Amino acid sequence: MASIPMEYYLILSAFMFCVGVTGVLIRRNAIVVFMCIELMLNSANLSLVTFSSYLGNPIGQVFVFFVMTVAAAEAAVGLAIIIAIFRNKKTVKIDEINIFKW
Amino acid sequence: MVIINLIYLTVLLPLLGFLFNGIFGRKIKNEKIIGIAGSAAVGLAFIVALGAFIQTINLPIENRSNTVSLFSWLNVGGLNIKFSYLVDQLSLTMALIVTGVGFLIHVYSIGYMHGDKSFWRFFAYMNLFIFSMMNLILGDNFLVLFLGWEGVGLCSYLLIGFWYDRNFEKGTTSQAAKKAFVVNRIGDFGFLLGMFLIYMTFDSLNFKEVFTRAAAYPISESTFTFIALFLFIGAAGKSAQIPLYVWLPDAMAGPTPVSALIHAATMVTAGVYMMSRASIIFVSAPAIMMLITIIGLATAFLAATIGLVQTDIKKVLAYSTVSQLGYMFAAAGVGAFSSSIFHLMTHAFFKALLFLGAGSVIHSMHDEQNILKYGGLKKYMPKTYVTFLIAALAISGIPGFSGFFSKDEILWNTYANAGFAFWLVGVLTAMLTAFYMFRLVTLTFYGTEKFDKRNIHPHESPLVMTIPLMILAFLSIVGGYIGLPKIFSGENGNLFENWLEPIYKPAMSKISLIGSHSHIEEFLLMTISTILVLGSVYIALRIYLKKPQIAEKTSNKFKLLYNLLLNKYFIDEIYEATVVQPIQKGSEKLLWKFFDISIIDNIVNGLANIVGKLSGIVKKIQTGFVQSYALIMIAGIALLLLWLVLTI
Repeated sequence: MASIPMEYYLILSAFMFCVGVTGVLIRRNAIVVFMCIELMLNSANLSLVTFSSYLGNPIGQVFVFFVMTVAAAEAAVGLAIIIAIFRNKKTVKIDEINIFKW
Repeated sequence: MVIINLIYLTVLLPLLGFLFNGIFGRKIKNEKIIGIAGSAAVGLAFIVALGAFIQTINLPIENRSNTVSLFSWLNVGGLNIKFSYLVDQLSLTMALIVTGVGFLIHVYSIGYMHGDKSFWRFFAYMNLFIFSMMNLILGDNFLVLFLGWEGVGLCSYLLIGFWYDRNFEKGTTSQAAKKAFVVNRIGDFGFLLGMFLIYMTFDSLNFKEVFTRAAAYPISESTFTFIALFLFIGAAGKSAQIPLYVWLPDAMAGPTPVSALIHAATMVTAGVYMMSRASIIFVSAPAIMMLITIIGLATAFLAATIGLVQTDIKKVLAYSTVSQLGYMFAAAGVGAFSSSIFHLMTHAFFKALLFLGAGSVIHSMHDEQNILKYGGLKKYMPKTYVTFLIAALAISGIPGFSGFFSKDEILWNTYANAGFAFWLVGVLTAMLTAFYMFRLVTLTFYGTEKFDKRNIHPHESPLVMTIPLMILAFLSIVGGYIGLPKIFSGENGNLFENWLEPIYKPAMSKISLIGSHSHIEEFLLMTISTILVLGSVYIALRIYLKKPQIAEKTSNKFKLLYNLLLNKYFIDEIYEATVVQPIQKGSEKLLWKFFDISIIDNIVNGLANIVGKLSGIVKKIQTGFVQSYALIMIAGIALLLLWLVLTI
């Protein structure tokens, strides 16, 4: 374990985060955007676990459980919203859902 | 002190009467209960006032002025105003007149207003009026006086427009009521300015404080002149003097008892009362005193000339009231305040009687008010005739009746203190008064019957109306004997003058009122004026009884003058053209169409338009694409992070 340095984990986490951000920004399918958000959350989780393990402080790992709970709740609400949008608009392409303006 | 301390009952009882009739009157519907409640409130107030009067008269002279404190009304910074009543010779005299005459008129109204759909409303307003008037009279500072002052103005408005659905002359009664209210407001504006100036100068509004300071402080005459001028404007508005008298003839749109109570006996004399109360301020401004004398006599004369040709019975009496008020002002102007209050009292008796008598006639003639359509009513309504005749004799100043003594005192005082010319105008006015009064009496009660006998059956009014007439007739005869001039009463002097004398003591120390040159001179003038007045009565009787064609010939001969008088010197038209129209047109064209629409509205709408245009440009940023928002947000966060990293 100790042979893998902390930077590797952090770089992986940063890479995952960037993939998530890029996905949120450029993908058109709401489901994919949603998955990318989950990816960003998990990259944050990875960082937390990494620091917790290397610093020997368990609070980071406890915190991860909270994040996962929030993520689960968010997934439930978010998917429900997407289904509701689909029923109304017959699409989940977010470039066609642009009513959010004046 | 017991009854004096109860003086607030004279204010409270009419208020209770007002509340009772105002709240329950509509439900009760029983005219007897409403009428008796309304009259009893005023009658009991009269008894309290009488009790206070008897008690005061038994006190030594120096203790006759008592203050009854009720509560602290205003307490703001240095301004501390108590709601308290001043019970002294002047306020008691006024209180007795107002509640006494007021009570009789209330009783009369039970008969006169019988069957009116708003019987209860009438009595509620009348009680409210007595309440306001008592505040005006009894208040011991200018603010309580002003409270009553505005209250009576409101009641006057409400009662002039009492029959709000009826027509009056060219308009409606509501328009007449509005006119009275607005013209009064002009006067009230002057009164308010006067009050402000009094507070600035004397640092108080309390009568006693103001008047002692007015005598003691070294205050320039110009300050006094301005205060007196403003107060006089207020008095002129309320008491219908030139140039603000135009509302009073129109006030005849109200029911006749209202004209008797408010527009003859009580409210219109409020100005005279106020000047009498503030006598020390007025005598300190000789220029204004002169102005008051001139305006008073001019009003008396002009109103009397208009009264000569009017054909509406109430209009004749209205101009006669204006004219008599002019006498009171003239008396106050020369400094004879007690004479003006004396005339106020006798005038309250005989003018209330004249109006109530006119009401009785109008009542029996089915609301016909044109005196040319009366005639020969003497045999149909003997009680009204006799009482009306007594009042006419009193107002004309026939010796033996009350008006003779009060009017003669005023004429004598103007002669002694202002000069022969003033006396002459006064005597001419007295002659005109006698003439138009006997024209009225003759056309109404004597001669041939000019009404339509098939439809109109004149009848005497019920006792509830004629008994007040008789009581007032009695007072119109004997009322003058409490103020017998010195030449008749001998050493004791004028009782009424002696009674009021302490009130005017401070004022009299500033001017010297000439009491009498010589008895012979006074007697001579009295004889001359009496002969002239009697001659005037004779001419009126002769013209209108025997030779009505003379009147017609004269009016044809002096067509121009006749039309001028008939149209009241076109004063209403002049005011309409010079004041009312410019204000209306100015409001419409300048203030509304120009200033409001093109300036105010354009500023507001312009601002809104600018904001709208700007946001039209900015709103394009909002595309509705969530992803572009997210992109901007992330770019922002990235920049922030970069900045943080670089600065660390």
